[in-house]
Amino acid sequence: MSGIELRAMLELVLAGGFCGALGFWVVSERLTYSAESLSHGLLPGLVLAGLADAPLLLGAAGGAAVAAALIALAARDPRAGTDTGTAVAVTGLVGLGSLLALAPEAPQRLEELLFGDPLGVTTGDLVAAAVLLALGGAALAALHRPLVASSFDPGGAASLGLRPSLVRFALLALMAAAIAVAVQGLGALLVLAVLVAPAVAVRGHVRAPGAAMLTAAALAAVAGIAGIQLSSVAGTAAGASVALVLCAAAAAGALLPARGV
Amino acid sequence: MTTPAVSVEGLSAGYGGPPVLRGVSFDVAEGRTVCVLGPNGGGKTTLFRALLGELQPAAGSVRVAGRPAYVAQTERTRLDFPVNAFDVALMGSVAHGRWWLPPRGADRTAARAALDRVGLSDHAGTPFGELSGGQRQRALLARALVQDARVLLLDEPLSGVDPASATLIDRLFAELRGEDRTLLVSSHDVESARAFDLVLCVHGRQVAFGPPGEVLHRATLEATYGRELIVLDEAGPARAVTVQHHEHGHGHQEER
Repeated sequence: MSGIELRAMLELVLAGGFCGALGFWVVSERLTYSAESLSHGLLPGLVLAGLADAPLLLGAAGGAAVAAALIALAARDPRAGTDTGTAVAVTGLVGLGSLLALAPEAPQRLEELLFGDPLGVTTGDLVAAAVLLALGGAALAALHRPLVASSFDPGGAASLGLRPSLVRFALLALMAAAIAVAVQGLGALLVLAVLVAPAVAVRGHVRAPGAAMLTAAALAAVAGIAGIQLSSVAGTAAGASVALVLCAAAAAGALLPARGV
Repeated sequence: MTTPAVSVEGLSAGYGGPPVLRGVSFDVAEGRTVCVLGPNGGGKTTLFRALLGELQPAAGSVRVAGRPAYVAQTERTRLDFPVNAFDVALMGSVAHGRWWLPPRGADRTAARAALDRVGLSDHAGTPFGELSGGQRQRALLARALVQDARVLLLDEPLSGVDPASATLIDRLFAELRGEDRTLLVSSHDVESARAFDLVLCVHGRQVAFGPPGEVLHRATLEATYGRELIVLDEAGPARAVTVQHHEHGHGHQEER
């Protein structure tokens, strides 16, 4: 196994581990469409960072912030409705990103930005993923009890002294941070797989939120390693192979009879 | 004169449009129980949300001693969420602060004691979604017990529960009253309202407030329920039936 593959696996263990754990809340709070919109909508930011020779993480973060603001603005139009407004905003952003990426002077290939290149992760990417896992993990641990109480009974959370809207905002911020980091390895289209698939796979098989998060994190890491191995053996694209392994795990989990542990 | 546990003065509240509840004024002393009667959409939940501080009054004011505990109808909770009865009881400890840290041993002890009090010790590890309707209600009550609030707001706690749970919940209400806690319980059950210290009737506005003997008369109930009310016994004390028209279209008749 080459050093490049080992780095790719490490990236997927670090970023994938956090995304897997966070994904439990993304799926539980029905934020999957928001996650997809955000991951696709940040494409112009990624491309602009590539054009300016700036760190992709910076572009992803800026793109995510702009995408979130545009989606929020478009979704407020009562004539179209939230879903339609979001779809129009995201499609426009993906179109803009494609336009920029296909320009002759663009150094980054559109394919890499859309589908990711886990084999091309840099030391900076690994450091960013490690920081995400440490800080994001600490934030998830601190927010665990409010998240459980708000998610289980949104109407009763306020009487416990919680502010469900703030808890949800914190969750969205963590989701944006996770996407901005994980998009380096898996790309704008496939990052959703590492965020959502592990949570879908363990759903119905685990009887506690904490256990579900840990199981999903482990599954994401294992699927990341398996995906890189698969791409090495089969000679397939690394990011797409990881995404396919993750989705296969989600399908298997969904098809297996629910049994809490 | 002691400060009331709950004080509402000229309350109007709604959701941005015209108020769905207006002209509500009442005081409840510590240790009293209040049954809040009204039809669906009459403003019972709106009143509770104003008391919880979730809704800012469009007019008037509300004051509650401490942060009240709220026991929602069980169907408003997530039945597919992976928590068991013990986890639900333990959620009450979030109200004590330190929410960013894991629960302490004392919190766990309080949760076990609360489950024991509501008769769910044997079901502590049972997933919430697998409990019966009455057991779920008791698990939510255990959460309120762990919260240890002086004022409890309960949204139709006896609706759809089995007789054994109803008896246990009634007994718990008596115990809580004995501890000088104040209970506001919304209900459709006109006859059971007689067991409370006070009755508040709402139908978009405050229709009546006072002891059951003064409030539970045909004229007041007709003003509260309109066409939903049928009085069965004209001669004796009003024996009333309410016909519920639920939001999802099918109605049913409850005799109380």
